[in-house]
Amino acid sequence: MGAMITTRGTITVDIELCKGCELCIPACPIDVLTMSTALNDRGERYPELAPGCTGCGACYFVCPDFVFAIYEYETPKKFPAAGGAAL
Amino acid sequence: MIIIDTTRPPQEPAKQKWDNRPDLLIEGDHDLCPGCGEPIALRCMLEVIQEMGLSKSAIGAVGIGCYTALTSLLDTDMVQCLHGRAPSVATGIKRMRPESLVYTMQGDGDMVNEGLQEIIHSAARGENITCLLLNNGVFGETGGHMTATTVIGQRTKNTLEGRDAAYHGHPISMTDLLTPLGGVGYVARSTVTTAKDIQRTRRYFKKAFETQIEGKGLSFIEVLTMCPTGWFIPVQEGPDYLNATMSPVFKIGEFKVDGKIVTPEGQV
Amino acid sequence: MSREFVEGSEALARAAIDAGCRFFAGYPMTPFTEVLDHMAEKMPAAGGVCINAESELEAIGMTWGALATGARAATGSVGQGLSLMQESFSEITRAELPLVVFNMARGQSDYFQSTRGGGHGDYYHIVLCPIDIHEAIEHVYLAFDLADRWRNPVQIYGDYLLGHTWESVDLSPRSVALPSKEWALDGSLNGTGRARNINSIGMTKGAKGIDPETFWNRLQDKYRVIQAAETRIETEFTDDALYTVAAWGTAAKFVRYVVREMRKEGYRIGYIRPITLWPFPTDAFKAAARGAREIGVFELNGGQMIEDVRLSLLGDAPAVSIGGISSDSSGFGVGPLLNTARIREIIERHYARVAAARAA
Repeated sequence: MGAMITTRGTITVDIELCKGCELCIPACPIDVLTMSTALNDRGERYPELAPGCTGCGACYFVCPDFVFAIYEYETPKKFPAAGGAAL
Repeated sequence: MIIIDTTRPPQEPAKQKWDNRPDLLIEGDHDLCPGCGEPIALRCMLEVIQEMGLSKSAIGAVGIGCYTALTSLLDTDMVQCLHGRAPSVATGIKRMRPESLVYTMQGDGDMVNEGLQEIIHSAARGENITCLLLNNGVFGETGGHMTATTVIGQRTKNTLEGRDAAYHGHPISMTDLLTPLGGVGYVARSTVTTAKDIQRTRRYFKKAFETQIEGKGLSFIEVLTMCPTGWFIPVQEGPDYLNATMSPVFKIGEFKVDGKIVTPEGQV
Repeated sequence: MSREFVEGSEALARAAIDAGCRFFAGYPMTPFTEVLDHMAEKMPAAGGVCINAESELEAIGMTWGALATGARAATGSVGQGLSLMQESFSEITRAELPLVVFNMARGQSDYFQSTRGGGHGDYYHIVLCPIDIHEAIEHVYLAFDLADRWRNPVQIYGDYLLGHTWESVDLSPRSVALPSKEWALDGSLNGTGRARNINSIGMTKGAKGIDPETFWNRLQDKYRVIQAAETRIETEFTDDALYTVAAWGTAAKFVRYVVREMRKEGYRIGYIRPITLWPFPTDAFKAAARGAREIGVFELNGGQMIEDVRLSLLGDAPAVSIGGISSDSSGFGVGPLLNTARIREIIERHYARVAAARAA
């Protein structure tokens, strides 16, 4: 079994509000956001979340389009480090 | 790489730390450009109003600029003012309703070009209103022209080679103009480029509103915002461009608190 | 009824406060300054606010904000100062705020500015033009009522004579009913999705895009209703008049005096005075002028109300200007033509010409 990534928080993303500005990507202090390959109805890519989120809210703060909501788990979750489909 | 489902809230027990918008912002899209800093500043202000329990007190006087488009989502009572004229309207509202939390929302073209006398007079008179300046150094709504806060070297639609002091003159710093005035209780400037800056902006809003509630005079908060469209740069470069061009000229920090000028050591 | 000897400016200010005005902002300018002085002195004791604004632009801005909270609020100036306020007037009118404006004009040269919606866009102010301070006091109460009833600005067209003449007037307090205003800003709808946005182009909360066309057309419909309902006119001796003189404002008092004297001497002369400059009493004017061979228009300007006279007559009879620009060296519009002997001489000359043409 591979390493497990502790994940303390998570987000929701309102995909249709995203305008693809990508300001959230460098804002995330642990680099768990990447832009999708799929496009939303506007024709823009939108952020996708990998394991490891701390719920710090940096993405929420810097987003000009109110895309994110931020959550903190009562009990941190663990995800396998490599591979896998969407959970 | 595992992609986590972010289309709905977590199934497991979790506390929501931040909802995607404060109660005073109506659901829906706004029409501002990708990477615009103005919605971030507005969201900060409305979050703070809500956290302070003042949602039902707030009344706004809004100027004319790109941010005017935000007013369809802005869920406080407000007057749509003319370019530059919000401070006097806010004065009339506050004088008749001193119990209300009265704010203005204006861009640099609005406040520092057209409306410079209004903000200075309201400040000198010590009106207990909170004036928000969204400063991106351009007239965004008309296509990115030079304003009174465009910095030397900044490229705009009518300073394509960069603002040249000999030909176009110098930018005006509102914190410099307002801090010395007797009627002014709070003066601060912040940005919205990083999460840390945005947290600072929120603290400044809170202090500004406390100044109004305590009757300590006009509270002024200037927020430097990104305008990649008006600056003719890629969206992702907005924050870096702002920090490289505007922040060196327009200092970040609190300049006057509770009516006392803050010494440079006390500044950020 | 009790009487006090006061100058016109004081009467205007006190009547406004008694009518419920609780906010006033202005900038000193002759001959308006005394209205501001009296407001500054008396408004605080009535629980209101009077601000000596740093400019006319800021004065109208402050009044705009006060109106938005539902208060009865007013400003004032002179034609030149109103020029500065025009952009705000246009926005305030199309935002349907009940502004009252005290225009202490420098004479009669500002008829067009007042009646044609001096700023941008399709709008009108109701304009009440008193002949003397007694009528002006009535107009003050009427102005605040009309402004609230129609949610539209009302201007009182006064002048130097009106403001600076002292007369013995009745300023007893009246009981004034203030209407409720659901549209006024108070924060109560914040966060409900329906917070109020007082604006001039029909913006609404949560709506993408704006529909100014529908909004502005509805305002035009309102103006048609006001035009039908709110005209006022004064006429004398028009039934059998051969020659009729039309005049307005304080100058009309001189004309009315002359016409009454000439009637006593047997002249078949009539007199018409529009009291509302907008809406102009078109139908009443046309009816009163019927039968006259010519209408002499006495106004102290280059010819402004005469255009509305001609539009009212639509060719029934010619309208001839018998006044003209007249001012003393101060430029405040109190000129040598404001003299009943001179006015009489002018009217007699025109009357003689019209009578001779009829006999021929």
